[in-house]
Amino acid sequence: MTSEEIITAIKDIIATIAPDEELVGLDTAVPLRDQIELDSMDFLDIVMELRKRYGVQVPEAEYGELNTLDGCARYLAPKLEGKELKLVNA
Amino acid sequence: MESKPTYHRGSRDGKAPFKGDPLDGIKPYYDLIVIGSGLAGMTAANVLGRAGFSVLLTEQHYNFGGMATWFKRKGGHIFDISLHGFPFGMKKTCRKYWSQAIADRIVPLESITFKNPQFELETSFTKEDFTHHLVQTFGQKRSKVEDFYQALRAMNFFDDSGETTGELFERFFPGRNDVHRLLMEPISYANGSSLADPAISYGIVFSNFMNKGVYTYSGGTDHFIGQCKRELKKSGVELRNRVQVARILVQGGRAHGIEAIDSQGQRHTIEAGCVLSNANLKTTIERLVGPQHFRPDYLEGFSKVRLNNSSTQVYMGLRAGEELPFTTDLQFTSTRERFDSPSLCDKHGESRTFSYYYPKTRPGSDRYTIVSSMNANWADWTGLSDAEYEADKQRLIEDTLCCLERSHPGIRSKLDHIEAATPRTFEFYTQHAQGSSFGTKFEGLAYSMNLSEEIEGLYHAGSVGIIMSGWLGAANYGVITANKVDAFLHSLVNSPA
Ligand SMILES: Cc1cc2nc3c(=O)[nH]c(=O)nc-3n(C[C@H](O)[C@H](O)[C@H](O)COP(=O)(O)OP(=O)(O)OC[C@H]3O[C@@H](n4cnc5c(N)ncnc54)[C@H](O)[C@@H]3O)c2cc1C
Repeated sequence: MTSEEIITAIKDIIATIAPDEELVGLDTAVPLRDQIELDSMDFLDIVMELRKRYGVQVPEAEYGELNTLDGCARYLAPKLEGKELKLVNA
Repeated sequence: MESKPTYHRGSRDGKAPFKGDPLDGIKPYYDLIVIGSGLAGMTAANVLGRAGFSVLLTEQHYNFGGMATWFKRKGGHIFDISLHGFPFGMKKTCRKYWSQAIADRIVPLESITFKNPQFELETSFTKEDFTHHLVQTFGQKRSKVEDFYQALRAMNFFDDSGETTGELFERFFPGRNDVHRLLMEPISYANGSSLADPAISYGIVFSNFMNKGVYTYSGGTDHFIGQCKRELKKSGVELRNRVQVARILVQGGRAHGIEAIDSQGQRHTIEAGCVLSNANLKTTIERLVGPQHFRPDYLEGFSKVRLNNSSTQVYMGLRAGEELPFTTDLQFTSTRERFDSPSLCDKHGESRTFSYYYPKTRPGSDRYTIVSSMNANWADWTGLSDAEYEADKQRLIEDTLCCLERSHPGIRSKLDHIEAATPRTFEFYTQHAQGSSFGTKFEGLAYSMNLSEEIEGLYHAGSVGIIMSGWLGAANYGVITANKVDAFLHSLVNSPA
């Protein structure tokens, strides 16, 4: 997946977890928590969805890497290499 | 260890008689077996069933829900045990891990009142209203109150300062026993914590509650659990009640199944990829697994983990046709001049809560019930003869009625059912060590969270460590543990055979 696709993948997961949040226009460099209402349980959900949709394991110690969308793209790039984008809320 | 099917225990309380074999048609293997259907067990089962794993949920009682339960009595009474109130966060948790329909039934309590020799007040428990009281009623500086909230929010689980809740209160509101009472009493009833418990546990729970108010489930606990069961079935979870799990099977440091006892007393072995226990942590480690499977230093540390207190309750049902004008949903009452934590557990104490259930609890019904709750110590209710036990229960009922009469003169004549539950009742129905209502004290949390590091494939979720208790705490802990189970089951699939 490309960086853009990874960001799309994460946004699609967030759309499932937090359907009331506006995801258009999110700043990819700013922590997600500062822009939308995501608590620590929501981050668990993101991790579980990544595992379910893409078979990606994120160890607990590395949850912090997912703080921003750019961080997600960077951290997940090697893990999502060669995988296909799956959208649920398209 | 010899364990008899407890549901045959003769008791005045009694459990429903058996029909059929509760393990009929069970498969020999599940990805996950959950022991216990409390909110943590049920929520974990639902999340993992939905994720596509094969899940067996076992419950020794005939009802699912654990402490989130209710019972019916002649005369059309339905009594809720633990539906007094939970934080707003329950709405989101239900939407995400149960259903939108369940979340939509979560509604705010209209009125919470305090009545004691130091103050009488009404609050919605929203941040604005609570702040208003601290400033106006108790004369605290607004900036001080803001600083207090800020300190609570800033508390970090990973760098606990060791401060107690009492010390925290003293730091912000020195010498103000009345303020300490306002801050502590509701939380003590909600999770059994005291002024001596870590400030961090208080901070997390208080910040949850005192935010957008206190909430309840419209429809009653029976409706809630009914909806949960429907969702569990949709998620493909195999639900089995009246199944006593006697042992968690461990071999070579790895949990691989359970031994359950059916209604005939027959033992069944069911294999599993992993096991999640929602039974009390002490019971799980000491009885279901057995100490021989743990490292000595883990056991040594664990032996110091304290159980939380138990409860007593008095259930009062108004006769059909009788009404009760709306006064409040939840009242914290005490006749004690000053607040201190241990007295909240006094056997024949002066402090109790009253939950009033009006027809709005079950829309369409025209019935009223009142449930009074107290915190209680197991030791006060054991070792009694049957006659002493009955007399003590009677005294509890009488004390409660006297207290209720003060705010509702003549209420006795409207009641046509009244009964009491004690720590023995809670122990009997949930099998929790010492009838513990809220799991263990704070120090138990680490042992619960690290269980899978001791025994591969074994997890615990359920009331523990103060912060993981209550409907919301237990449900969320179920999800936190489900995430670990999910990671483990994925690793099993992905590791070469
Ligand atoms: C009197 C009282 C009032 C309360 N009021 C509130 C309230 O107003 N708001 C709130 O949020 N919380 C309240 N609580 C707390 C809340 O009810 C609990 O924290 C929560 O329901 C606990 O969920 P749990 O997952 O820990 O499991 P539990 O509810 O404790 O359930 C564990 C389950 O495991 C089963 N089990 C145990 N051993 C075995 C075995 N060997 N085999 C099979 N099954 C087994 C038990 O039968 C039980 O069903 C109250 C608690 C009490 C006691």
